[in-house]
Amino acid sequence: MYSFDIETPKTVADAVAALGKEEAQPLGGGQTLIPSLKARLAMPSVLVSLAQIDEIKGITEDAGVLTIGGGTTHGEVARGAASYPALAALAGNIGDPAVRNRGTIGGSIANNDPAACYPAAALASRATIVTNTREIAIDDYFQGMFTTALEETEIVTAVKLPIPEKAAYMKFEQPASRFALVGVFVAKYADGVRVAVTGASEEGVFRWADAEAALSGDFSASALDGLSVPADGMITDLHGSGAYRAHLVAVLAKRAVAAAA
Amino acid sequence: MPKDHGIGAPQKRREDVRFLTGTGKYTDDINVYGQTYCVFVRSDVAHGRIISIDTAEAEAMPGVVRIFTGKDFEDVGGVPCGWLVTDRNGEPMKEPRHPVLAQGKVRHVGDPYAAVVADTLQEARDAAEAIVADIEELDAAVNMKAALEPGAPRVHDDLSDNLCYDWLFGSDQDAIDKAFSEAAHVTTLELVNNRLVANPMEPRVALGEYARANDESTLYTTSQNPHVIRLLMGAFVLGIPEHKLRVVAPDVGGGFGTKIFHYAEEAFVTFASRKINRPVKWTSTRSEAFMSDAHGRDHVSKIELALDGDNNFIGLRTDTYANMGAYLSTFASCTPTWLHGTLMAGNYKTPAVQVNVKAVFTNTVPVDAYRGAGRPEATYQLERVVDKAARELGVDPIALRRQNFITEFPYATPVAVEYDTGDYGATMDKLEEMIDRPGFAARREESKARGMLRGLGVNCYIEACGIAPSNLVGQLGARAGLYDAATVRVNATGSISVMVGAHSHGQGHETAFPQVVAEMLGIDESMIDIVHGDTSRIPFGMGTYGSRSLAVCGSAMVRATEKIINKAKKIAGHLLEASDADIELKDGQFTVAGTDKSVAWGDVTLAAYVPHNYPLEDIEPGLEETAFYDPSNFTYPSGAYACEVELDPETGRVTIERFAAADDFGNVINPMIVTGQVHGGIAQGVGQALMESCIYDEDGQLISASYMDYAMPRAEDMPFFQVDHSCVTPCTHNPLGVKGCGEAGAIGSPPAVVNAVLDALNSGGHSVDHIDMPVSPHRVWQAMQG
Amino acid sequence: MTKVTMTVNGKAVSKEVSGNTLMTEFLRDELRLTGTHVGCDTSQCGACVIHVNGQGIKACSMFAVEASGADVTTIEGMANADGSLSVLQQAFQDHHGLQCGFCTPGMVMTAAKLLEENPAPTEHEVRDYLEGNICRCTGYHNIVKAIMAASGQDVSGIAAE
Repeated sequence: MYSFDIETPKTVADAVAALGKEEAQPLGGGQTLIPSLKARLAMPSVLVSLAQIDEIKGITEDAGVLTIGGGTTHGEVARGAASYPALAALAGNIGDPAVRNRGTIGGSIANNDPAACYPAAALASRATIVTNTREIAIDDYFQGMFTTALEETEIVTAVKLPIPEKAAYMKFEQPASRFALVGVFVAKYADGVRVAVTGASEEGVFRWADAEAALSGDFSASALDGLSVPADGMITDLHGSGAYRAHLVAVLAKRAVAAAA
Repeated sequence: MPKDHGIGAPQKRREDVRFLTGTGKYTDDINVYGQTYCVFVRSDVAHGRIISIDTAEAEAMPGVVRIFTGKDFEDVGGVPCGWLVTDRNGEPMKEPRHPVLAQGKVRHVGDPYAAVVADTLQEARDAAEAIVADIEELDAAVNMKAALEPGAPRVHDDLSDNLCYDWLFGSDQDAIDKAFSEAAHVTTLELVNNRLVANPMEPRVALGEYARANDESTLYTTSQNPHVIRLLMGAFVLGIPEHKLRVVAPDVGGGFGTKIFHYAEEAFVTFASRKINRPVKWTSTRSEAFMSDAHGRDHVSKIELALDGDNNFIGLRTDTYANMGAYLSTFASCTPTWLHGTLMAGNYKTPAVQVNVKAVFTNTVPVDAYRGAGRPEATYQLERVVDKAARELGVDPIALRRQNFITEFPYATPVAVEYDTGDYGATMDKLEEMIDRPGFAARREESKARGMLRGLGVNCYIEACGIAPSNLVGQLGARAGLYDAATVRVNATGSISVMVGAHSHGQGHETAFPQVVAEMLGIDESMIDIVHGDTSRIPFGMGTYGSRSLAVCGSAMVRATEKIINKAKKIAGHLLEASDADIELKDGQFTVAGTDKSVAWGDVTLAAYVPHNYPLEDIEPGLEETAFYDPSNFTYPSGAYACEVELDPETGRVTIERFAAADDFGNVINPMIVTGQVHGGIAQGVGQALMESCIYDEDGQLISASYMDYAMPRAEDMPFFQVDHSCVTPCTHNPLGVKGCGEAGAIGSPPAVVNAVLDALNSGGHSVDHIDMPVSPHRVWQAMQG
Repeated sequence: MTKVTMTVNGKAVSKEVSGNTLMTEFLRDELRLTGTHVGCDTSQCGACVIHVNGQGIKACSMFAVEASGADVTTIEGMANADGSLSVLQQAFQDHHGLQCGFCTPGMVMTAAKLLEENPAPTEHEVRDYLEGNICRCTGYHNIVKAIMAASGQDVSGIAAE
């Protein structure tokens, strides 16, 4: 690692102020950032830890909307999001228990790793990303792998997720990293279905429009019969070809619908 | 009722207490006064010409003590290879120089070309980044077959091509040609034995210390064999005489072969500490380990099995390309030859067997022994081709094997080794008993009802371990003897320190070895401690690899203990005023046969060190004996393994549902430890079969360079294993009748897994007769696409 | 440099550290508690698991500054007060749940948390909870068995010695 200082602000305002310094970078749970710092892939002068900001932690529910503070760990979501079981299950299956005790939803959403789980949940759940300056509709938020609508000094303070009638997430793990080789999150709302796919696309998390249309009329696995996503644009790497990932998208979408139904 | 002490007792391991309380002492836990830290600057290209290395800016940085490059090593030796293989024309293998730091060219990603020594690790890393190297990237030789094509990039400019050797071995050509011309059926299989990274959980560490006043160097290192390192580094690389060089391998966090070899980093810290007169420490990161630890396996083979009209095996031939990587690691040359070709007969009485191996230099990390070393590659080829033959012929794969088993011993194979003993039918019987084969059909139906395919795969294995008879291996090109040594030091009050040449890095020697001595002397194990891992404290032993520790070093320990008993009987005879020929030792008491006159162990040992009433004119005082043991043959553990898998035809994912291993290890000293060794071996074999793969791209970039891309087996990938070692044919030529168990699991398991996957696929109507390891979901899915 | 103060294995410690000092470095280099091991650099192997404020975390993926004020337990703090092995540690020895010992501290620390959260885990639950702890020696068989035994479950039906 290069040398840097760490600041541990207690409020969002102080964190934002600290992030205004040159080469400052926010530190969530650190489960992705710290390994990349070890590899000297980042060279911050100051890391601004968000771990001690109580105002961005916790889970609340109001009028069918779950609001999760950006600093809430995966473990806390797994244990505390009982009203949204598919989300709790997703959180409880990220990484491993120790990673879940540090990694945060805000960190995951801000990083937008193309194989991360939370982006699929957020996109399928019509989430709103709340930052220190504004609210961003999820359809405007993800902008390709590792890219989001966030500005440099913007912190994800909360994620608001309207709780669907039915939902499920199916993850097919990459055998080494245990990230999603492909993950599909299906969420059924009264007025339609959303299907979000992570791990598969070179563009990062995406919505599968054909599946959404088919499922909005008939929320059953068989409604997806014959549907597929094109292999073009899917990630090809040592763990699987684009064609394989495209195939898995269809398989996992059906399984998710079956699990949710 | 199992014994609770001595040979055969499942004693709890005494070493566990320190490991469970965080008080083990691994190499990285050692820090010495004045220590500096070293960081290697490693090539990020697979092949390149070093135009210049500018260290000026780095040298001026804070804390930098000294920066080294290849120039500093022009006057010392290269890292040597320990085995000279002679090719089919009688010519020696090509043996290019392996400098400690690259000279002229870098030859693989990770090849170190400079090293920074600084006061702190942070300063060393910062300075390492400031070194400016102008390296002209060259085309890389990566694929083995392409590397042998005319015009391929040459890894070593002073060699005419990338062929290290072309080795031919076994039955003569006429016998092979006759077998294949007379065959009623020939089964042919081309396969890859996937490249692996051993990945002991403890990364390598080396700490060099120098005492200028008496010109003594000490190397603390993560090694399986400190004397081998002292020999290779002292004699061949740095020219330090043995009495001025101490090598210490303290607690070592797993080895699996990759910590056998002498590495450039060890030579570097020793050399550098002498130059700067301060200790120098290097601790590998895991990422660095991926590009600097010797890799394993990486064979591409074609195997052909000839059968007569009655399905008897009548001929076998195999052609293998074996990757050496960029330089010859310590045992790289012998792994695909003498540890592979000699096992190609397997458990079968095939009369004609011929093995060809072409060893190839490529711009990749050196490849060397990894758990099993050559024997897994042989077993995998053979047991896959036998299974394929059974499928082609429509016969039962177990029956086909049984029909061709060697049943009479000793048996001289067509590939130079003589199996002393074995009972392959017995382990197969045991296996069939363990796996409930009759119930398989019902289990398959149950899987099918859930949309899953179920497969059962079986295989046998034999291995040669207890490495090795020095006379024989010397003829085969080994540049060292492969005996081992033990010193039994009986202290005045009767407690014992046994100094052994073998090194324990998970095998439990500290527990199992005392069981042997305790049994022989009839005293309690708690009176006996094992000392290992320090050349200044132990006799010259060759270390731990090739499942040899008990068979070879344990035998030396037995011989030394026998000498102790002989001398102690003389002392007892004197004390009891009887002839030593009449003295019997039982339960720690020396008794005059046929009388009630006896003297206790402790009285005899005390007399040896307080020789007031002692026959000094006949016997020296003291009670300490050393024995070197050189085996007369290899040992030949064997067994039969079965794997049951479930395969998800929608995703291609394979899960291991059941795994059974029936092994014949000869006599067993501590069955708990033996079982644990088999578990671990199976996990590594299953890992190879299903998950693990070290991948280079066509430019020689290492793609699977961390645990993010190299799939390590986790708890949820493994089932509980069924393990049995009740079939015992004791080794006929060592005093304990033991054969060795460390590698069996890794040798015996991959073919069972792959055979099971193919069985599952075929049961689902997918006509697939081969799939390469690792049998990843993606590969299975591709195979199902046809 | 920043001064950090925390309680480690019941003892208050205070040290000046730089911002980039990881908990693994703090424990191993500053406190010489070398039982916490480093087996990878991608937060995956779990040889460094410790307890911070009662939660299992990977010490390689937390800065010492972030643990300021925390209550930390490492493998060196897991034995009984008289130095004898705890029930969990004893189960690892009884069931041969370790070989080279390098991953063992992390395994014990993770298993201790599992048993707090789930006093009688099934085989599947144990294996799932060990997702972030890699062992290269044991094939996990005896680790899983040891943890189940430590929870008081009868493991005599599980295959092998």
